[in-house]
Amino acid sequence: MATIFIDQRSYDVPDGMNLLDASLTLGFNLPYFCWHPALGSVGACRQCAVKQFRDEKDMRGRLVMACMTAAAPNTRISIDDPDAREFRKSVGEWLMVHHPHDCPVCDEGGECHLQDMEVMDQQTYRRYRGLKRTFRNQDLGPFVNHEMNRCIQCYRCVRFYRDYAGGRDFDAFFLRDRVFFGRQSDGVLESPFSGNLVEVCPTGVFTDKTLKLHFTRKWDERTAPSICVHCAAGCNTIAGERYGLLRRIRNRFNGEVNGYFLCDRGRYGYEFVNGPRRVRAPRIAGRADAAAPSDAVARAASPLAGGSGAIGIGSPRASLEANFALRALVGPDRFCSGMGAAEHRLVSEVLRLLQEGPAPAASLHDAAQADAVLVLGEDVTNTAPMLALALRQSVRQQPMKAAAALRIPAWDDTAVRNALQDERGPLYIATVAATPLDDVAAATMHAAPDDLARIGCAIAHALDQAAPSPRGALAADAALVGRIAGALRAAERPLVVAGVSLASQAVLDAAARVAHALHAAGRPVRIALVVPECNSLGAAMLGGCDLDDATALLWPGSPLIVLENDLPRRCGADRAARLFERAGELVVVDHTLTPTAERATIVLPAATFAEGDGTYVNGEGRAQRAFQVFVAGGDVQESWRWLRDLMRASGRGGAAAAWETLDDVTGALARELPAFAAVRDVAPPATFRIAGTRIAREPARYSGRTARDANVTVHEPEPPGDPDSALSFTMEGFQAQPPPAQPPSALIPRFWAPGWNSVQSVNYYQTVVGGPLRGGDPGLRLIEPAAPGAPAAAGRAPSAFEPDDRDWLCVPMYEIFGSEELSALAPSVAALAPRAYVALNDGDLHRAGLREGGDAVVASADGTCRLQVRRVASLPPGVAGIGVGLQGAPWMRLPDRARIHPAERDR
Amino acid sequence: MPVIEMEQVLIPHVREPNSFTLDFYLAHGGYAALKTALGRTPDEIIEMVKASGLRGRGGAGFPTGMKWQFVDKKIEPRYIVCNADESEPGTFKDHLLMERNPHLLVEGCAIGCYAIGARTAYIYIRGEFHHVQRHLERAIEEAYAAGYLGRDILGSGFDCDVFVHRGAGAYEAGEETALLESLEGKRAQPRNKPPVPAVAGLYGKPSAVNNVETLCNVPIVVSRGVEWYTSIGPEKNGGPKLYCVSGHVKRPGVYEATMNITLRELVEGRAGGVRDGRTLKAVIPGGSSVPILLPDQLDTQASFDGVQRAGSLLGSAAIVVLDDTTCMVWLAENLLHFYRHESCGKCTPCREGTDWLHKILARIERGEGQMSDLDLLASISRNVGGKTLCAFGDAAITPVVTTLKHFRDEYEAHVREGRCTRPAPWRARHLVGAH
Repeated sequence: MATIFIDQRSYDVPDGMNLLDASLTLGFNLPYFCWHPALGSVGACRQCAVKQFRDEKDMRGRLVMACMTAAAPNTRISIDDPDAREFRKSVGEWLMVHHPHDCPVCDEGGECHLQDMEVMDQQTYRRYRGLKRTFRNQDLGPFVNHEMNRCIQCYRCVRFYRDYAGGRDFDAFFLRDRVFFGRQSDGVLESPFSGNLVEVCPTGVFTDKTLKLHFTRKWDERTAPSICVHCAAGCNTIAGERYGLLRRIRNRFNGEVNGYFLCDRGRYGYEFVNGPRRVRAPRIAGRADAAAPSDAVARAASPLAGGSGAIGIGSPRASLEANFALRALVGPDRFCSGMGAAEHRLVSEVLRLLQEGPAPAASLHDAAQADAVLVLGEDVTNTAPMLALALRQSVRQQPMKAAAALRIPAWDDTAVRNALQDERGPLYIATVAATPLDDVAAATMHAAPDDLARIGCAIAHALDQAAPSPRGALAADAALVGRIAGALRAAERPLVVAGVSLASQAVLDAAARVAHALHAAGRPVRIALVVPECNSLGAAMLGGCDLDDATALLWPGSPLIVLENDLPRRCGADRAARLFERAGELVVVDHTLTPTAERATIVLPAATFAEGDGTYVNGEGRAQRAFQVFVAGGDVQESWRWLRDLMRASGRGGAAAAWETLDDVTGALARELPAFAAVRDVAPPATFRIAGTRIAREPARYSGRTARDANVTVHEPEPPGDPDSALSFTMEGFQAQPPPAQPPSALIPRFWAPGWNSVQSVNYYQTVVGGPLRGGDPGLRLIEPAAPGAPAAAGRAPSAFEPDDRDWLCVPMYEIFGSEELSALAPSVAALAPRAYVALNDGDLHRAGLREGGDAVVASADGTCRLQVRRVASLPPGVAGIGVGLQGAPWMRLPDRARIHPAERDR
Repeated sequence: MPVIEMEQVLIPHVREPNSFTLDFYLAHGGYAALKTALGRTPDEIIEMVKASGLRGRGGAGFPTGMKWQFVDKKIEPRYIVCNADESEPGTFKDHLLMERNPHLLVEGCAIGCYAIGARTAYIYIRGEFHHVQRHLERAIEEAYAAGYLGRDILGSGFDCDVFVHRGAGAYEAGEETALLESLEGKRAQPRNKPPVPAVAGLYGKPSAVNNVETLCNVPIVVSRGVEWYTSIGPEKNGGPKLYCVSGHVKRPGVYEATMNITLRELVEGRAGGVRDGRTLKAVIPGGSSVPILLPDQLDTQASFDGVQRAGSLLGSAAIVVLDDTTCMVWLAENLLHFYRHESCGKCTPCREGTDWLHKILARIERGEGQMSDLDLLASISRNVGGKTLCAFGDAAITPVVTTLKHFRDEYEAHVREGRCTRPAPWRARHLVGAH
């Protein structure tokens, strides 16, 4: 703690802060532009000037930039000093010299940091009489809109895009008041984190292009805290709605998970909610028009009532509550996790590793703080994008010590980057092919899955002689293995990253061995295991069988209930078809008309994450609650409510049939399965009130409250009630506003503070700027390893991969845009999704007689398919990569051996 | 006014056709200082330079020995970076040194490296000096061939490499930290200090950034000795100095003198005074970014401290002489046209302020100004001065502040009469950018 004096009053602030950090943490309104809590200080905008005094006798003082001055003990400053105010005001005036006065038609208006700062500067009148400078804007692709005339040259965009996220195709160009931020020429921004420019930009240069298609002001959006459903990272989001349309997704700060940023899949995948494939009313096969809910439920329930052994197929993309309700309906023995056999086994293995330890799971925050990292087998940029962004920060951890030795404070970004130059800490990446994260790696290795596992085993053996050593030659040289082991052993916070994307038990085993060896050496190792979907781990925790077992369990003619799941994606169209044929009634509860729903005899319209509450367990084992944003039109209701209705109509489910609220479901879940004991505490119950009121989803400035639906009815409709959460659907209730009171962190529907309409208001919700939210970051970890940890896996390292003369080993490859089911339904994401492909290296392309861009036929045990040929030079010989989940890609069991030859027309 | 002759040591032979060659340089005692220096310890050289009182010739006048002493000797590698980005309007002395006496600079770089324990010197040369670059590179080649650069120089075990890097033509690249950024391949934008380059400079390593003329003084200190060096010139302003006299004088050019010389001796003596029939209106004594001095201040000693006592700065010793045909509003507009064009665009006051100031000056000069514009100029200048990331902001406002201070009546006349009251036939009709 350091005692500093601000306007002659003393305050205690944590050590190592700068004066801007400290002032904002203390709640002062000190304007700024170029500083960002995650990006540090550069002293460029000159907006945060304060007057500093040498001691109590110094009456003159001098202006300093708060962001560039350490809050050292006994620092004396004045924020209110007339000179400081005048200078800050003049900065405000300069920035408005060229900034257009287009707030009414600017997407940023109402949540613009520049607007807020101008008001804070009390910069009202304009003395500038000249013309404003203009630029030519660029088309930056489907995500980000570019309007350079609004630029105030704070350099935050380029600092985020290049320095923080590692993008290369965006930069600052030219000089003076014509500095231009953009690409060298028009084109899609290459970074998968480009959408963050929208929030990083303090004004309307970069805005959300998808929001533009259905624009709504921030103050007109009904918002609720939500969780991203497009991968297992579990990033916290704010989802906003108006007129029954989900308008956009914004970041919701969670210091343990996503911090200030989101990936583009998470930010832009939301449009499936508004998509044409949505199911909004029950459907009964053979009927042209929509069925009444009661009819559909009665029809679906009748075969269930007979107790004829219905099978329930759950889903890793559905909430815990929905899966648990299905489990209650069909019984634990007839409940399937919804995952294919291989995936079910591997995700269950991940769960076992996390439960038994010894290494605890790493949060994204832990990953960013790690000072030595081994990535084994996982292309994290494409399977868990935000983990890649975290690992990009981890390589700064070790070099930061050198900066500290030069007495450069960590927040002094220019000086730190200057001192560090290209120094990077140990990040070692062993994957099948090159990944977008390779550019910051100390070394990379590309090998077949079994060879990756062997490298992992060799590292484990180097760390702990008790671990088995792989026999024969290794795909990486011994010196490198030694270096990796040494770096991990020497690190203060070593991290092992692996996952299930290669569908390789051997890789997962090898990663566990490395973690185990580090643990045995007394190192505080953490492990990050990437699982495929937003609730994969939750589904695995609920138990149940896999799809193969479910098929075996299904008696011909028995009802099959599929919850938010498209089975051909899991086990292939043929197997799914056999399963459907075998079933009697096929009841699908889903929000989207998937191929499975199209086959169903009855479809019940489920709520998406934005239309119902639900709890999801991310890859770290953190349970997090997504809250309903709006009441969907039609007969849409939460999946668990449909399943409860089925219980009531069929007389099954016992006590579960009496469930009325989400808290009833989570309560039952916590009672029945001890692993979920904490799930009730993930968020306050629906009965929670602040000063006797609910927390309002609509901001105080929400417009058209009584007139919004006047085109439908002039009577003000009764606001919908919310039995499931402590949020209200209207503007009545507690308006999120710190301090002194703010909602519990899990219930913050949006960030706003007096004078701070932009996303920057999050500063006031944190214990210290950049630190955790007051009351702790939301979410609860359900899984901690048991002490003292399980023994190391038995068995030997796999033998080396042998390329085959005729066949290729096909392994899965993932695409951030396209591989995930729901986001691929969003037009903006779909626009960037590649065609289904098979990738080979140059030698193998030649051997197979294929040319890049042409078509190939891939023939495996699961049949043949025609795929576009892609050249990936880094793939090992004899290994082919198959793009997973892409449009036009038939399911195939991976990894598997397959023949690959040119399609007819390329011969 | 008699022309004062004195011994020339920096540019003694620049009129000789072969002055830039190694043979010529060796024939006139070249590289003897390097030999002497290599016989001493690095600390002795630093002590010698400190004792000489050599002050940086780039503009700030910071003692060179101190700068070298501050270089963190615990961290390897270290660098000498020679600032040859001579871009200050009115300054052309380094150009002459590099073109006509390049070996002096090469020798200075080598001694500098030896003193601070560096093995590499980078000469960052202004983008427009492509022809000078050829001379420098030729000199460096010759020096390598003759063993004055490279491995084991003169059998001393000391290694030294000198590289020339040509900038892309930004004025801001002359600011020492912006120069380092540019040298590293980044945008020429200044860094915040601390850390100073002596701690974390080029590539994050301890570096000394020295002006061309400064490094050229180093062999002279070594070869002539501290006593001689301090004996010429006033106290704390020792050694030879190059003056660039330009503007409305009969004989513009680079003049070498000791800092005992007065502005009057330079302007009226060396440079022959203003054109016949004209009277002196003002003198800018240290490059376009320093306050102007009036004719009654002409007896000011042209030393760092002398000019500072008179209320201005010696800066890069670029003396711009203005006669009575000069419109001071036009002068300010002309200079701001340069500054607003060269602002690097990093920090707000300079980026926005210079452009705004230029626009106001241009409209006053066109006769479209208002009286309130004069206060606006002062107000903007006040908020730019001292508040920018580097010294560019201070430099940029000086022409405005200094002309407003001394020639406010001319501004008022422009506004009152709605036209330029002192048009001159020699002025360019349109100002053009420096691309």
